[in-house]
Amino acid sequence: MGLESSKWAIIFLVCWLYKNVSCNSVEQKIYVELNNTVPCVRLLNATHQIGCQSSISGDTGVIHVLESEEDLEWPLSKGPNPPYMVLLESSLFTRSIMMKMKNESNRVAGVAVVVPNTSPPEFSPHTTCPNENTGVYSDNYGPNLAHCNTTVWNPRGNGLSYEEFDFPVFSLKEDNETEFIKQCYLDHNRAVNGSAPQYPLCAMQLFSHMHAVTNTPTCMRRNDINFSINPEMVCDPLGDYNVWGSIRPYNDTVFGHKENESVVIAAARLDSRAFFWEVSTGAEGSVSGFVTLLAAAQALREVTHEAPPTRNILFAFFQGETFDYIGSSRMVYDMENGKFVIDLDNIHSVLEIGQVALHSGNNLFLHSDPVSRRNNTVNDVVKNLVNNLQSSTAGLGFLLVEPNVSQPLPPSSLQRFLRAQPIPGIVLADHESAFNNRYYESFYDNAANLNLTYPSDLSPEEQLEFVTHTAESLTDVATVVARALYKQAGGDESRVNTIKADPKIVTQMLYGFLVSSNNSWFQAVMAPELKNILKPSPPEYYVGVAMSSTPTRLVQYLLANLTGAATNLTQSQCQKPDELPNESRQMYSYLWVQGIVPPNSTERDSFCVRASVRLTKAVSPAFELGEYASKDYSTWTESRWKFIKARIFLVASRDLEMLTLGVGVAVLFTSLLVTYFISTKADVLFSSTREPASAAY
Amino acid sequence: MTASVFFGCTFIAFGPAIALFLFTIARDPLRVIFLIAGAFFWLCSLLLSSLVWFITVQISNKESSSQQKGLLIFGVVLSVLLQETCRFGYYKLLKKANEGLLMLSAEETMPISIRQLAYVSGLGFGFMSGAFSMVNILADSVGPGTTGIHGDSQHYFLSSAFMTMAIILLHMFWGVVFFDSCEKQHWWSLAVVVISHLLVSCLTFQNPQYVGSLVPTYIIVFLVGLWAFFCSGGSLRNLKLCLTCKDKDFLLANHRPR
Repeated sequence: MGLESSKWAIIFLVCWLYKNVSCNSVEQKIYVELNNTVPCVRLLNATHQIGCQSSISGDTGVIHVLESEEDLEWPLSKGPNPPYMVLLESSLFTRSIMMKMKNESNRVAGVAVVVPNTSPPEFSPHTTCPNENTGVYSDNYGPNLAHCNTTVWNPRGNGLSYEEFDFPVFSLKEDNETEFIKQCYLDHNRAVNGSAPQYPLCAMQLFSHMHAVTNTPTCMRRNDINFSINPEMVCDPLGDYNVWGSIRPYNDTVFGHKENESVVIAAARLDSRAFFWEVSTGAEGSVSGFVTLLAAAQALREVTHEAPPTRNILFAFFQGETFDYIGSSRMVYDMENGKFVIDLDNIHSVLEIGQVALHSGNNLFLHSDPVSRRNNTVNDVVKNLVNNLQSSTAGLGFLLVEPNVSQPLPPSSLQRFLRAQPIPGIVLADHESAFNNRYYESFYDNAANLNLTYPSDLSPEEQLEFVTHTAESLTDVATVVARALYKQAGGDESRVNTIKADPKIVTQMLYGFLVSSNNSWFQAVMAPELKNILKPSPPEYYVGVAMSSTPTRLVQYLLANLTGAATNLTQSQCQKPDELPNESRQMYSYLWVQGIVPPNSTERDSFCVRASVRLTKAVSPAFELGEYASKDYSTWTESRWKFIKARIFLVASRDLEMLTLGVGVAVLFTSLLVTYFISTKADVLFSSTREPASAAY
Repeated sequence: MTASVFFGCTFIAFGPAIALFLFTIARDPLRVIFLIAGAFFWLCSLLLSSLVWFITVQISNKESSSQQKGLLIFGVVLSVLLQETCRFGYYKLLKKANEGLLMLSAEETMPISIRQLAYVSGLGFGFMSGAFSMVNILADSVGPGTTGIHGDSQHYFLSSAFMTMAIILLHMFWGVVFFDSCEKQHWWSLAVVVISHLLVSCLTFQNPQYVGSLVPTYIIVFLVGLWAFFCSGGSLRNLKLCLTCKDKDFLLANHRPR
């Protein structure tokens, strides 16, 4: 027994010691891993591939810090040690420089862009005419308005996000790692007086090998090859969920046209993108719109309970709109095919909230589609909606104006509805023609773009509650939207002026969506199992492929909390409400939320929220129908990859390496010769034996 | 393309050892067995010394660098002493096994002499020691980078390879001298072997001044090699005869049919 226990003691001791091992290996002398990098990945659609690709074993290049556009000569032609890894400041991250490097890509191993904390004057890597081929305007519908012939919506766009690069492009933050890289460059790679720099040189290696190639039909076909038990998928369709909620609930199992049902749809979009993967902040591009709509939904809650309007109001938040209207095209498809609770004929009108946070000069603009307005019925409804909107601004200090010239709708979800049927609709935006947003679909479209500033001496909780100017102006817009929707839905005119959006809620939402999602209010409205998606930074608005986008969940729970009702159900009743007489899961969704922490307590006051808020799948109909080369629907997919990393190290000259190999081969041959010589002459060499009876050699 | 550095360093470090193995050991299965047993004994000594090292490092103060340096020196000395102890233990084991081998073999004479055993066991020690020194470094030399980003010398791989070659040759020579002195009970030459092993290991503390550690090490290799040559029955006369190819007449006295 003593031996047994001592054996176990030794085993435990060894295991505990093993846990405390720290590795001091040769690898740490050679490589420095870069941790805060973001790659650019490959996206594919029906005809093209865009984005960046590295080779399968990474791309290595000698680091060159670019000082100006003329300095490009060094990596592209003059430099003696190609290929080069070009390090760019953000002011040099322009279309002309990137295109020059793309043309000489055998001398360029990759690009690293240093993204500063302050934004440049303007930068938009998106195209000048967003979603031009999947909107409503085409050669058959308003041909003079198609392809931005009358109004260029994003004139600052340089189209870099839609170019294809066959070298990796990574982004670095301005932190200690980048300083270390620049110091390494200054120590080893600087040319002294025009002569070539001496080896060893500082180099960087970037790994971002993408598995999918060519276009979506090719990669979807390769997904289907079933050679083994675990088929290798190479790409995934982009998509997530749309969030919708309504004033009067709908039975979630009864689809198709509803008799005598007339619905006003209020729409906004949820997603955004940037050149690099997943780091998209979309403050003006998407957050301003959906925060306004959430505030308007909250403002309408009380009055629609007390004096319900004749028509129903449906709040729709579409995901994936950046990539050829994934969410809205799917909802229209579902409505056309009887897979949604209402039908296109049930829609009375549509009010969409576009980019609304940057209104200079106190005017917001009401965009409408001139082609559908040629029809008198449609025109009348649109005019009525315009009147309702304009009359709702009474006493609020700004005006709603229709643009002077006949111009098309800006890129918006309403265009997909118009593609199916002429539906009267208005898009509310802060720009008359070109966008006011100087950073459309870029990583600079953040809180600073909206001038969202807090006094510096506030703690995070105080910042959450502080009502900023931006919040106040968005609150006013939300009040206008809520009043107009109520009037449009046929509500009681006398109650319109009681509808007011709450600036506290707006500022809390702006804080949560643009500064830090892990705050006490968001914690209170989320479900306990989802509280880990809240982080101290703003959420990512890229639609992604995992069907688990953070903004979708946040908007779902916020809409439920702001328009729904708190109930007395327990947690188990909340999961199975059909057992109770007055509750029905077909009419409502029941969500168990964490609730606030009361003072003098550590347990949260969790409760069950009943709301008519649902999620519907937002994956492009092209993937449902299997039409991967579709021209009508979005066909965007994202490639898969194994790993993405970056590291820097020194490289030795080719000559030294060859010398090492030569010396090694010489040593081997010499030792083979000498040993052969010794072993054949061994009995001579070692002949004065001490043991006479020794055996033969 | 630093596969060239990988192959270059492998050939430098293991070239002589591979040549010796191919020409003198590979044909005789008994020698192979004793080589592997020798390697195993070196491995045992390393296991013991690393266990002691582990425990002392965990107990020690990790922040104090002078204490860590002292611990390193202690670890090196302990490891050398344990290796030589294991060599002695292997010698004792072989002496005991000799009688058993004599009983098992069909011939009347011993299939393998103690001098051959000395050489084979020394080479076994050398192989295992070289493998542990070098394999880790070779694995990292395959990648695209070389040492130096934190200020280390660029010649790390090359000098490690040369050092490993020296150590392998030294282990072989020490094996021969050690067994010979144990046979003849010359304890002073045993002490010289241990001291020279300690000296070579402590010379490596001079790294990264590689010249300071490699040059004296190779001088010691040459000296110990000469000593092993004389111990194993060589003499200047034999060498001269060999090199001038006048060995045929000399052999008549000891001629055996091949």
